[in-house]
Amino acid sequence: MGKDRCIIIPSYNEEKNIVSVICDIRKYHDGDIVVIDDGSQDITSSAAIEAGAFVIRHPFNMGYGVALQTGYKYAVEKNYNILLQIDGDGQHSAKFIPELFNQVESFNCDVAIGSRFHAESQYRAGFLKSIGIQLFRKIIWMITGEKITDPTSGYQCLNRKAFEFFTNDIFPCDYPDANVIIMLHRAGFKIREIPVEMTSNPDGRSMHRGFFTISYYLFKMFLSIFVTLIRKP
Amino acid sequence: MPIQQKVFAIFASIIIFIVIINLVKNKKLKEEYSWLWLLTGFVMIILVLWYDLLLMLTHLIGAVQPTTTVFIFAILFLICIALHFAIKISILTDQVKNLSQKISLLDAERYNNLFL
Repeated sequence: MGKDRCIIIPSYNEEKNIVSVICDIRKYHDGDIVVIDDGSQDITSSAAIEAGAFVIRHPFNMGYGVALQTGYKYAVEKNYNILLQIDGDGQHSAKFIPELFNQVESFNCDVAIGSRFHAESQYRAGFLKSIGIQLFRKIIWMITGEKITDPTSGYQCLNRKAFEFFTNDIFPCDYPDANVIIMLHRAGFKIREIPVEMTSNPDGRSMHRGFFTISYYLFKMFLSIFVTLIRKP
Repeated sequence: MPIQQKVFAIFASIIIFIVIINLVKNKKLKEEYSWLWLLTGFVMIILVLWYDLLLMLTHLIGAVQPTTTVFIFAILFLICIALHFAIKISILTDQVKNLSQKISLLDAERYNNLFL
């Protein structure tokens, strides 16, 4: 069973958090943990190896999406059946790992997404980010008819069919987000949300921050959704 | 067409020609990219020597001045080149990404063993 499951952690300059994230995961998972170090300048790699993870190092920084895809490619290569992805910054609470695995293993869905908005989580999104999330919720609902509350969640569990699908070049490596959910839906995958707890990033930094970054993000996401829609599924 | 204009245009196109051929010769430019530029130089010479063609083109696109025609085509040509490069860059970006991922995966075993 151990070889069956794998947890991937895309991380970039997470030397402070990575060890505690791995230790937390160990409490709920005895299989393989793979850290994808996206060209960190700090000691993320060695810290992760010493904490007992397997590390794949990118030669330079290529972004969160590329790191995820490297993880998917690794999982395909090593013949894992189920993959769980969790952020390396300690934002996601590890205690939901068994539940996420369980949803996919019991064939309830192809992709289980950990949603921070179902649970009484301590998570507080910034003003702009909440607007963005609301907006993409609506868009996803209009296009796919699915009620996804947390389209930006990076806490997901995928079965082999789903992560193999993402090793393809169509995977939007720059910002995998709401567009990925639409892509999955159009390819016929079954998606399900599981309530999880998330904390705001402990360091107070997040992928989406600053007015311009968020505006640019919104623009890119609209574009990406549009492109996903005009392409053949 | 004033003689100064003619001399200048022919001079410019010949310089472009020589530079491109030299770049290709020294392998600084792939043949794949050179043809577009050679074509530009060639069209410039043709238009200078065959002024009636330029007048005809001007009439055809409804421009008033032949110089406008030259500028319009120059801009169109630059847009095509920019688009061509954008396509190339997209392909190269994907290739670099896939290559780096491949290298990372191939190198992973060795790197992790360093710490054992």
